[in-house]
Amino acid sequence: MAAQSTIEQRERTAPAGATASATRRPGGAGAGLLRFARNTWRPAAVLVAILLVWWMVTAADLVKPYLVPSPGTTLDVVLAQPGYFAHHTWITTYETVLGFAIAIVVGVLSAVVMVYSPTVEKSLYPLLLFAQVIPKIAIAPLFIVWLGFGLSPKVVVAVLMAFFPIVISTVTGMKSIDPEMLQLSATMGAGPAQTFRKIRFPAALPHLFAGLKVAATMAVTGAVVGEFVGANEGLGYVILQANGNLDTPTLFAGLIIMSLLGVVLFVVVELLEYLVLPWHASRRTDSATTTL
Amino acid sequence: MTVGNTTTQRSADATGTGATVEIDEVAVRFRTKKKDVTALRDVSLRIEPGEFVAIVGASGCGKSTLLKLVSGLLRPSSGQVRLHGEDVRGPRRDIGYIFQRAALLEWRTARRNILLQAEMRGMPKAQARQRVDELIAMTGLTGFEDAYPNELSGGMQQRVALCRALLHRPPVLLMDEPFGALDALTREQMNVELRRIWRETGTTVLLVTHSIAEAVYLANRVIVMTPRPGTVAEVIDVDLPVERDYGQTMSAPEFARATGRIRDLLGATTTAE
Ligand SMILES: Nc1ncnc2c1ncn2[C@@H]1O[C@H](COP(=O)(O)OP(=O)(O)OP(=O)(O)O)[C@@H](O)[C@H]1O
Ligand SMILES: [Mg+2]
Repeated sequence: MAAQSTIEQRERTAPAGATASATRRPGGAGAGLLRFARNTWRPAAVLVAILLVWWMVTAADLVKPYLVPSPGTTLDVVLAQPGYFAHHTWITTYETVLGFAIAIVVGVLSAVVMVYSPTVEKSLYPLLLFAQVIPKIAIAPLFIVWLGFGLSPKVVVAVLMAFFPIVISTVTGMKSIDPEMLQLSATMGAGPAQTFRKIRFPAALPHLFAGLKVAATMAVTGAVVGEFVGANEGLGYVILQANGNLDTPTLFAGLIIMSLLGVVLFVVVELLEYLVLPWHASRRTDSATTTL
Repeated sequence: MTVGNTTTQRSADATGTGATVEIDEVAVRFRTKKKDVTALRDVSLRIEPGEFVAIVGASGCGKSTLLKLVSGLLRPSSGQVRLHGEDVRGPRRDIGYIFQRAALLEWRTARRNILLQAEMRGMPKAQARQRVDELIAMTGLTGFEDAYPNELSGGMQQRVALCRALLHRPPVLLMDEPFGALDALTREQMNVELRRIWRETGTTVLLVTHSIAEAVYLANRVIVMTPRPGTVAEVIDVDLPVERDYGQTMSAPEFARATGRIRDLLGATTTAE
């Protein structure tokens, strides 16, 4: 039995290969964070470079200070009224995160319904598209009329902005599953619920996360658009006020905080992706070490 | 290695004919937007319990279609398919299926891919885990239990798929070119393994393959199919001893006769291969 002895040999050599794969993929959350840190230092460096250029441009007096304030002035404005900025940042963060969360729940649920019912899909798609193409800034005043001056119209606009990429990505993800995987599931006697939980939904996760990253940034935009149309608090309000007063340092501070909010939300989603989809993230780092 | 034989034999059945698989005058037509394809026509087969049957034929002659009929994943346009004497109406769970591609879940490790079978069937956890260890050792996957599919070679992926299909000790094993992606040497080893597994378990096996040598070495009967629309050209009985050493079998006169006959049939019916 020559062939069989070769298999035994294979078994004996196997553990060596296993340790190699173990060093390549140290499991657990700590390793995920490490990978994450390795991948984020470059963009951080670029950010520092941009700050440096901004500082040099203003320090060399290349532009008038009332057009572009220096980083120092901008920071001073924030430090002078930390409570003021904290409050308005909190308001916008609240609207954004709430809108984003609602968009995830509603978006994923509608995607699931659409994947399982072609009739629903056919009737919902045009409506979705319509809701997506209509400029949010144009319908935002309507929500103010309907829902008043409070936070709810801003949350609604944020939901509307974030909803679409989530639905599209989830539907695409759930449909991209190899039909043979579904057939396999059928030969295992799995019901629709089991097939969904163990095969369809996990298979859609990489797509879903791609959609979530787009949606996170859209949610910030949505909240601020809502504030532009009518608000007495939030970063949108701060920016509008500063604009009216030609107060560029406050305007800059508002803009930077707003962008940071979007970036932080994006990074949180990316971090979650690293933790939830270790197999996916690892393939991404692997591809960085190969020539392709 | 002890591989239980308790659930694998289900000889008696409703109609009393005793066959594990019966296919009667089956035809399959696919309707697509552009054209209708007749994949199979006039196919009749009888497979007895514990038989090892190989199916060979040109690409596109309907071999995969035949396996999907037996498993109930596909319904015939006409004719009848029976498994253990029962009409096949929907997907059957009393089978093990190995697809042409390994079809592993990329987010599960090798072990958890195999365990999927147990989870879907609601098998007791401890029992399933023990069975997985057994299968992993048997197929030489030891040390790679916790590797993800993208960290496994094509051959290892197929072995994981084999373990998954064997986990619940199915009475019928349907294999669609399981070793197509393997190198020649690994393929020979897997053939020897499969033959041993079959002898130990008494499972009825239907194996689709493109390798004539593989078909003759493994099977008791080889079904040779004609190109599209596929039908049975001839059934070759392989008159080799039950105990088949790989090297000796390759040089046996009966092996040469059977492979020669199959090659003639395929050559006579195909132009491309
Ligand atoms: N779902 C389908 N829809 C339309 N046509 C199909 C479908 N499945 C198979 N066919 C057609 O039926 C024929 C037989 O297909 P099948 O997959 O059974 O071939 P095969 O013998 O397994 O080929 P291969 O050796 O290449 O795997 C082919 O011509 C194929 O185009
Ligand atoms: Mg095929």
